Amino acid sequence: MLKQTPLNTAHRALGAKMVDFGGWDMPVSYGSQIDEHHAVRRDAGMFDVSHMLAVDLRGPGARDFLRYALANNVDKLTVRGKALYSCLLAHDGGVLDDLIVYFLDDDWFRIVVNAGTADKDVAWLRTLIAARAPQLALNERRDLAMIAVQGPSARERVWRVLPGCRDATAALKPFMAVECGEHFIARTGYTGEDGFEVMLPAPRAVEFWESLAAAGVRPCGLGARDTLRLEAGMNLYGQDMDEHENPLESGLAWTVDLASPRDFVGKAALLQRPPRRQFIGLLLIDKAGVLRAHQKVRTALGDGEVTSGTFSPTLSASIALARLPLGVAPGEDVRVTIRDKELVARVVKPPFARHGKSLVQ
Amino acid sequence: MNVPSDLKYTASHEWIRTEADGALTIGITDHAQEALGDLVFIELPAVGRVLAAGESCAVVESVKAASDIYAPVAGSVVAQNDAVVAAPENVNADAYSNWLFKLKPVNAADTAGLLDAAGYAASVGDAG
Repeated sequence: MLKQTPLNTAHRALGAKMVDFGGWDMPVSYGSQIDEHHAVRRDAGMFDVSHMLAVDLRGPGARDFLRYALANNVDKLTVRGKALYSCLLAHDGGVLDDLIVYFLDDDWFRIVVNAGTADKDVAWLRTLIAARAPQLALNERRDLAMIAVQGPSARERVWRVLPGCRDATAALKPFMAVECGEHFIARTGYTGEDGFEVMLPAPRAVEFWESLAAAGVRPCGLGARDTLRLEAGMNLYGQDMDEHENPLESGLAWTVDLASPRDFVGKAALLQRPPRRQFIGLLLIDKAGVLRAHQKVRTALGDGEVTSGTFSPTLSASIALARLPLGVAPGEDVRVTIRDKELVARVVKPPFARHGKSLVQ
Repeated sequence: MNVPSDLKYTASHEWIRTEADGALTIGITDHAQEALGDLVFIELPAVGRVLAAGESCAVVESVKAASDIYAPVAGSVVAQNDAVVAAPENVNADAYSNWLFKLKPVNAADTAGLLDAAGYAASVGDAG
């Protein structure tokens, strides 16, 4: 039996094509996923992301605990409402999940984790808490729904629906969140566009979703979400990295704080595992197929592999994220095996597109 | 589900129309384009290529996935539709007017083994 978000009936009423996504019955698209993609790049689209889990960590010493539990350094969070992207690592340095952590108060942090890994993450955090900080309480917030409203017009449309929250959020900087009544509004996203991610009580989700639709926000499914995040050069857990992969070989070195003297889970292992591969983008030059995960990449310095590939609606070309040997440089051509052919692809530095524009020549 | 009654079908989601000259026009069904989603790449067999029945001979790729197209019967390729190669999304817009390729069958009688509209609808689990 697949799990359902509070918006499941609304998706079906819109004629969404539904798929099993990490055990959840989720919309992949409502019509053309390319049209949904363009709506986000050009205007405003919304995604039901209620399958993701918010967990509240409360109690004295919450920050100290997260300094140990997370690979990124929560000491970067100096202002209430500020968000930080981080990996949750295992002791061997493998990536258990990627997440966003919000600093809400001295003894209160909110962590948002992926749907498919939520149970594993909570169990892992409880184990760490029991060993390191048993005074902390971890509360799963399945009572909340989450809707991401993304695109150049997204914030304006949210204000149309929540006029009372305009003052509270108009000056909100990227990667900041604020509570406004029953809404928790963050200027974050997974598309490379401006917008908000809004958490609200689950029973209010359908009304909010329908009000946004009436305000001209287009419902978008997981299909568009994937092409948008790939264009934006953002990793997808389970595809671009997982517990068997080194974050330093997954484009996540910027989130792993090896510089500070603090100890954290996985640090010792990573110091013993210097990266031997790099994580970088590919643009398919021979337009005779589509880049997909697990395709082999042949370079002058050895073989690599595509981790995520798709067709980019913004570039009208196929793009990918890939793990390649160190030393292969942007601008170089490599060969990707697609079915029975070896096609030329160019190495490029992500992102491929952001804020409505292609970043690739 | 849109399954025209004047066409023949395969369980692998090709439609087949027999033309006056005996050639077979082949495309993918509306159900197939719906399941694949937005098509972005199509590769067709070269004119003159000889195909065995059931041989994988073309590829359609959507944003989500790649799917092989199979020769419904044995024959040789006599035409390919360059328009759908240039604009794969046309197949999403109308799967039955945007054909992929034409085949001259080795035996015209081989089409008797193909599904009719009701048979195809049943094969994809749709009673209507």
